[in-house]
Amino acid sequence: MTSNIVLVILITSFATFLSRFLGVLSSENIKETSKIFRWFNCLAYSTLAALIAKIVIFPSGLLSEVDYFVRIIVVILSIGLFFITKKNLVYPTIFSAIILSLFNSYL
Amino acid sequence: MIDSKYFLKGFASIRGIRSPAIALGASFIAIGALLKNIGFTIQESIFSTFLTYALPGSLVMAESMIIGASLINIFIAVWLVNARLYPMTVSLMPLLMHKSQPKWKYYLSCHFIAVSSWLIMKDNYEQINKQSRIDFWIGIGVATWSVAIFSTVIGYLASDFLNEDVLIGLAIINPIYFTCMMVGAMKTIKISLSIILGAVLGPAFYFVSPEWCILFGGITAGTVAFLIGEINDK
Repeated sequence: MTSNIVLVILITSFATFLSRFLGVLSSENIKETSKIFRWFNCLAYSTLAALIAKIVIFPSGLLSEVDYFVRIIVVILSIGLFFITKKNLVYPTIFSAIILSLFNSYL
Repeated sequence: MIDSKYFLKGFASIRGIRSPAIALGASFIAIGALLKNIGFTIQESIFSTFLTYALPGSLVMAESMIIGASLINIFIAVWLVNARLYPMTVSLMPLLMHKSQPKWKYYLSCHFIAVSSWLIMKDNYEQINKQSRIDFWIGIGVATWSVAIFSTVIGYLASDFLNEDVLIGLAIINPIYFTCMMVGAMKTIKISLSIILGAVLGPAFYFVSPEWCILFGGITAGTVAFLIGEINDK
C-alpha cells in the first residue's frame, strides 16, 4: 500500500489536469472551422468510445466478476430502452443497475 | 464577471430526462466507498474528487495504491487513462472561446472537462451564443462537479451498507449512461464512424497492450473516421 495519500492525490490530479491544461493551451490557436479541429473532434469521440468499450468488455474491479455475456446483454437491453423512451437517459441507467444485480444473483 | 443567466442555465442541465446526476452520483458513490475501503479519511476522499474529478483516473489511482505502485507509476498510469481529456479539451474549447472573455475562465474551467459535462456541452452549445458559452459551460461544470463531490461523501459514509450486489449495480450505471449518450450523439457519418470504430478498436488493441489500448485504438479509429468523413464531405 502506498503510504502518503495526500501526495498520491496531488500526483493523480496533476496527471489529470495536465491534459486539460495543454488542451486549452492548444485551443488558443485552433479555429473551430479548421481541419485540425475536425480531426480532434473525431479523436475525442473515438477515444471515449474506446474507453467505454474497454470498461464493458475488459473491466477491472467489480464488473469483472460479472459474466461477459451478461454485461453485453445488459448494454444491448439498455440501448433498446434508451430508444423506446425517446432518448431518456434516466430510465436506461436505473434499469441497467437493477437488471445487472438481478442477472448476477439469479443466473 | 460570470453572466448568471447563462451560468444558471448551464447549472440546470443536471435536471430533467437527460440528467447526468444519477450516472455521476452512482459512480462517485462507488468511488467514495472504494476510497474508504483502501484507507482514505473523509477529507482525503473529498480532496481527491475535488482535485481530480475524472472517474477512470480515480479508479486507476485506487487500484495502483492497492498493489503498492510507486508514485511515478501512478503518474504514468493516470496520465495514460486520462490522456483522452486532451482531444476532448481541444474539440471543446475552440467552440467556447470569445475574445471578449478573460483567459482565466478557460484555464480554470477546463478542470470541469469530464465525459458527462463534455457530452452535455457538445449536445447544447449551438443553442447558446458564442460569447456566453463559457458561462454556460461553467454552470454545467460546477453542477456536475458538485454532484461528484457530494456523492463521494455519500458513498464514503454509506460504505458499510453497500454490499457487493449493490456496488456491481452502481458500477454498470456509468458505462450505460456514456453508451446511451454516445449512441445519441451519432448524428453525422464522421462521429458515428469515430464511435463505432473506437468501440471496436479500443478493445481490439487490448490484446496488443492493455495500458495503451484506449489511446492507440482511439487515435487509429478517430483518424480513419476523419479521413473517410473528409472524403465523403467533398
